[in-house]
Amino acid sequence: MSGHVVPVKTYLGIFVALLALTALTTVVAFVDFDTLHTGIHLIDVIPLNTVVALAIAVAKMLLVILFFMHVKYSSGLTKVVVMSGFLFLAILVSLTLADELTRHWSPEPGAWNTVVPTILPLLRGLF
Amino acid sequence: MSEVPVSEMAMHGAHPPGFKHQFEDMDQQREAGSLGMWVFLVTEIMFFGGLFATYIIYRTLYLTAFEEGSRLLNVKFGAANTAVLIGSSLTMALAIHAAQAGKKKSEQVMYLVLTMILGAIFLFLKFNYEWRADYHEHLIPGFGFIIRPEWGAAGTHVPLFFCFYFFMTGLHATHMIIGFGILGTLTVMADRGRFNSEYYAPLEVSGLYWHFVDIVWIFLFPLLYLIGGRFAISGVN
Repeated sequence: MSGHVVPVKTYLGIFVALLALTALTTVVAFVDFDTLHTGIHLIDVIPLNTVVALAIAVAKMLLVILFFMHVKYSSGLTKVVVMSGFLFLAILVSLTLADELTRHWSPEPGAWNTVVPTILPLLRGLF
Repeated sequence: MSEVPVSEMAMHGAHPPGFKHQFEDMDQQREAGSLGMWVFLVTEIMFFGGLFATYIIYRTLYLTAFEEGSRLLNVKFGAANTAVLIGSSLTMALAIHAAQAGKKKSEQVMYLVLTMILGAIFLFLKFNYEWRADYHEHLIPGFGFIIRPEWGAAGTHVPLFFCFYFFMTGLHATHMIIGFGILGTLTVMADRGRFNSEYYAPLEVSGLYWHFVDIVWIFLFPLLYLIGGRFAISGVN
């Protein structure tokens, strides 16, 4: 046996789908979704253009991985390894953002520059 | 004198060329090869992932500057190059298919050469049109970057966007240039008739690499070119 042979028709179909998604994401980038004003608060505050662009990119990525890279026809072990890559990427991005985006939630300790000069003479006295 | 026992030399005639003795059969060998390549690609995901994560953070910090920078990129070339690279992924997949289906070696060579030609078109458009125009418009940090007054207060951080742009597209282009070396080697191997329906591991594994490079661009295109508020100045670029 020579592994799973994907028919040429499937490759051509995926190719056409990828081209169509590329055209779609390019056209949609010039449409301002933020002026839609649905009245639903959550939708109105989300940067929809970014969400749509990335959703299309993920769809394209899945088509390439599953069919061009034959992961759909691979063993469970290979699938787990592939998913682990994206799991660790998600951890990298989400935990870093969890730090960066929440820093202003708590007030900055602004008193150090007034506290230190009063403590320093005391510390010097110790040594 | 050879160290190989006579019995093992006799075994060589009984299995397809390219079969390694540590494996049970060709299917297991293929599976192990793909798995090993995917482990490497996971490290590549994290390699590019560090850049993507940093890009996301700085974009949230200096959103206005990043959108100003993004609008200066040429969407036409970005979209055209995406299509070209998807085309090269198709021809790469077809080259593997040609070997799998036991087609003539000339067909494998043709698809591999087509893949290289499409890759070359990508780099030609990128370097000769996009990067060259950026240089003439003084948009390359470190090579006479000029901060424009129309950017306003955000202007000081626009070079940061272009640092990301050149580093990310440059790293991607470096991967493609490495890919040319791999594809060139494969073309010679295919021409010598090394691949058949039983043994095509080098094609399969290199294909995984080439498709991965395609996926990186699939994300670079929207992140760099598209999500910069294009609608604000419709008709330009």
